[in-house]
Amino acid sequence: MCLGVPGQVVEWLDRDPVFGRASVEFAGVRRVCHMACVPDAEVGEYVIVHAGIAISRIDAEQAERLLDELRTLDMDDELPPPTAAASDDATAGERSP
Amino acid sequence: MKYVDEFRDTRAARRLVDDIRRTATRRWVLMEVCGGQTHSLLRHGIEEELRETVELIHGPGCPVCVTPAEDIDFAQQLALREDVLLTSFGDMLRVPGTRESLLDVRAAGGQVRIVYSPLDAVALAQKHPDRQVVFFAVGFETTAPATALAVRQAEQLGLENFSLLVSHVRVQPAMESILRSPGNRVEGFLAAGHVCTITGFDSYVDFVREFRVPVVVTGFEPVDLLEGIRECVRQLESGRAEVTNCYARSVRREGNRHALVAVEQVYRIADVPWRGLGVIPSGGLRLRPEYARFDARRRFEDTGCEEELPVITTPDCPAAEVLAGRMRPSDCPQFGSRCTPDSPLGAPMVSSEGACAAYFRYRTPAVDASQPAGASQPEATR
Repeated sequence: MCLGVPGQVVEWLDRDPVFGRASVEFAGVRRVCHMACVPDAEVGEYVIVHAGIAISRIDAEQAERLLDELRTLDMDDELPPPTAAASDDATAGERSP
Repeated sequence: MKYVDEFRDTRAARRLVDDIRRTATRRWVLMEVCGGQTHSLLRHGIEEELRETVELIHGPGCPVCVTPAEDIDFAQQLALREDVLLTSFGDMLRVPGTRESLLDVRAAGGQVRIVYSPLDAVALAQKHPDRQVVFFAVGFETTAPATALAVRQAEQLGLENFSLLVSHVRVQPAMESILRSPGNRVEGFLAAGHVCTITGFDSYVDFVREFRVPVVVTGFEPVDLLEGIRECVRQLESGRAEVTNCYARSVRREGNRHALVAVEQVYRIADVPWRGLGVIPSGGLRLRPEYARFDARRRFEDTGCEEELPVITTPDCPAAEVLAGRMRPSDCPQFGSRCTPDSPLGAPMVSSEGACAAYFRYRTPAVDASQPAGASQPEATR
């Protein structure tokens, strides 16, 4: 029910605060989505769409930050495997809240 | 697909699993509160993979499952009226009311139509001025902005033939009710990422202070879920209870202001019954008096079915136990024998988001074996 699908804004069709709509592309398929909750979304940006309306603009920097952190975790893991007893210290660095 | 594939990366998922295993010194009990997350956890094999490390209890995260049978019965009565075209999401139509589902009513000649968005129902009302179009508005805070917007569009279009049967529910009061229930075992929450996209997470600060359980805002892809679980386990291991946002690409602290304004304008918070759980204080939304003319309960009050009827439970179906996280679907004596998605006894087996349906679909050995290789699940590290 709370399914949300990321799509890329292709073109604004209507800028009305209640009836605002844009064409949004999902894996090559375009759909008209309601945009009243993301009036500042720009063409080329990704939004999350739920039940036909865009509910958020995806923060590309935040997405990249999480993926970067996971890459760091990868590198930590490439150190020689810790023994079971000492493994507690081998976790990745502090993550930001 | 961008923002999906990267977060299904097997290698990243594997590292997170390893890290969670290294961090946990005991088996912690976590609850996810969104049916989408429940399905993702099972579909990608995460629950199974972490079985020894964390116990995942599936919360009442399926809005369709907690919609009172009385509301479904009322919707059926409406669908049988000649002047009404009843619309809702596909999931809602399959769930049985006291006796039958809306799809059964449609088969018997009722006017029922599946729509993808509540705003499509507004368009239908424009197109069919001779019919009363009713949208059966179910869903959590994620969905409420869309139905609020539908009301505002109908208002601006001056539509006299559009109304809502509102059965919206709110997640946080249900989480409180779970923590207050006797015998509660939940030690940390994975908060629903798309609900928090709308509401933000400031409201959890007092919640965490009061109940001393971590609340980690979590997304839906395997990497997101594992990151949420990892953060929750870390907090528990270090004796902390904080609100942390692990779905920052969609969720801001203050939520979505535009969506909140729309919801606030159209709805008020109300005590409402949840199917199987009883009345939850502040547990739902109802139309404000200013929008009462869009309320299907009022417009069709002659149709019968009072709003405040006792919550019906089926004697053979312990759905309430499953919804409250007290019973695992597979521990139900009816599971997979008398109760299957084709012949369900209760809502959690019907809805595509229900915990019982997820277990049936992803935990049956025959189904597991037929999963295509290279599917997006993190590889077993056994």
